Amino acid sequence: MTMIDHIPVLMIVIPILASLLILLAGWYDRRFCYPISLITILFQFGSAIAILLHVMQEGTIRYSVGGWAPPLGIELVVDSFNSYILAAILLLAAATAFYARRSVEKEIGPEKTVSFYVLFQLLITGLVGMTITGDIFNLYVFLEISSITAYTLIASARRPHSYVASFNYLILGSIAGGFILLGIANLYAATGTLNMADLAHLLPASYELATVHAAFLFLMIGFSIKAAFFPLHLWLPDAYAESPSAVTILLSTAMAKVSIYAMFRILFSVFTTAYIIDTFPVTGFILFIATVAIVAGAVLAIAQKDLKRMLAYSSVSQVGYIMFALGVANQIALEGGLLHILGHAVMKGCLFMVAGLIIYRMGTSRLSDLKGVAKTMPISCAAFALAGASMIGIPPTIGFMSKYYLVLGALEAGHWVYAAVLLLGSLLAVGYIWRFIEIAYFGDHHGDHGEDHQTRAREGPLSMLAPIVGLALLSLFLGVFVEAVMEVVGPAVSILLGGA
Amino acid sequence: MRENVVIRTVSRLAVPFIQVFALYVIVHGASGAGGGFQGGVVFASSFILMTIAFGLSSVRKRLNNRWIVICSVLGITIYAGIGLLCLILGGNYLEYGIIETTLGIPHLHGYLLDAVEVGIGITVMAVMTSIIYDMAERGGESS
Repeated sequence: MTMIDHIPVLMIVIPILASLLILLAGWYDRRFCYPISLITILFQFGSAIAILLHVMQEGTIRYSVGGWAPPLGIELVVDSFNSYILAAILLLAAATAFYARRSVEKEIGPEKTVSFYVLFQLLITGLVGMTITGDIFNLYVFLEISSITAYTLIASARRPHSYVASFNYLILGSIAGGFILLGIANLYAATGTLNMADLAHLLPASYELATVHAAFLFLMIGFSIKAAFFPLHLWLPDAYAESPSAVTILLSTAMAKVSIYAMFRILFSVFTTAYIIDTFPVTGFILFIATVAIVAGAVLAIAQKDLKRMLAYSSVSQVGYIMFALGVANQIALEGGLLHILGHAVMKGCLFMVAGLIIYRMGTSRLSDLKGVAKTMPISCAAFALAGASMIGIPPTIGFMSKYYLVLGALEAGHWVYAAVLLLGSLLAVGYIWRFIEIAYFGDHHGDHGEDHQTRAREGPLSMLAPIVGLALLSLFLGVFVEAVMEVVGPAVSILLGGA
Repeated sequence: MRENVVIRTVSRLAVPFIQVFALYVIVHGASGAGGGFQGGVVFASSFILMTIAFGLSSVRKRLNNRWIVICSVLGITIYAGIGLLCLILGGNYLEYGIIETTLGIPHLHGYLLDAVEVGIGITVMAVMTSIIYDMAERGGESS
């Protein structure tokens, strides 16, 4: 075994150790916490890139923890699908880590920064674990690690509303966790194994069992809640709007994407296309709900008065796009869907970072208070416009490319009406993105109300601006050089459609 | 806190037994039902009982926050350290057999398994106790 084969387990163990080291270091001197956290996340990001390159060349990495061969032992599996997701979420986690320092200083009391970074590190570790595990129960354990840390991180803003948001998410997240656990238990009852590859191998014999149907529905509902798939998104707007900016960015980019990844993994790698298309035809229903989600999320976003809340509802809409790919379930649409996982993470990360920066400088994110903000914060508003253009789907951004593939896939499958609704969703995205652009750039001529905010506001510090600009440019360059991304996405989709 | 002779005497008698039982559960984990997590919780329950009977401050004198942080880090370090040692010696993570064959000591993997369980037990004990401290400190009110 070479070193690269050990990296998957090191990506989980070293961050867990680091989170405890942060605790110890914070007890000595609080200022050590942030560098340790940053170095660990950069290590994880570097490992993810190394794994991605390795998997692209040499194929899937399988690692049996403790030397116990699967299906008895726990197995870590990294194939081209999850190495892509891993690189995407850790890219965003690294960007968030750069951004977090100043924002955490401002939004979270100094006595809480130590526990904030410990939990931040654990959340990322949980997400990494969810992504690379090949064992369905291990997935649940990491899901709970990431969920519990997320609840506390949301509450760490320590405003009354953030407690309520955290509590709501706690309740809904626990219901989701219960559903997922029941689903896993049913699968175990039907097959006697928890290993994903083994499940995919054994399940076809019991496709007709009611236990398996129930397991499938439980898992679908559970992960739909975690991924905030309409109409199970009710926890999302509060959780995103009320948590500290750094947490919002991490939740909306990394955590939401990992939940979607888990759903894709369960649907395609555990149940396989044979089940979700032929035995228990669910894709048509998912397609319908996803289309409703696209429109409803966008309409709700347009109706919001607060920038962060608007972006949160936009996330509901964008989750719809990714689930749309799942509903169409052919090669091209799934390529679009996976591309959108990366694309949405990059552009929504950028948009939430700008929202966080505005809160950092002006102390508010009410749209009516932000008139003429582009005068005082030109760089971040330009980044918002670029990432927003990607959100709308203006070529040549990444948002355009993913939607292009989605529409092509829908047309190939003959879903003309759905493809049309998808384009309508883009028009609605213009509605909410343009609202901020208009207020920011052209809102000053009747902006007497926001005068006192403007005088105080100025462009953000470099450590926050750099990730904003970086992600905005990335959303452009990923679209221009989409071929490079497709080289990763193509094999990933083949893995999904080809079963485990 | 109001004096209560019965509770205090019974706790005084029960705590050593609870702790010995916790150690038994931890050590038993290698070969049967039990393990570090369960044993750690049982061990922490002895501190919980002491908190109820003698009050928070007297328990804190024996196990203060500094020790709780040290214990929680120490336990997980034992666990991860043994796992990483297996990795350095060329095996997979937590593949105890590798250490046994490298060092040539028979039955070493069993002791290593116990050591890992003890590590888990220490961390669980410390974290559970810190949760109780946190709840007892606020007197049931959220701040």
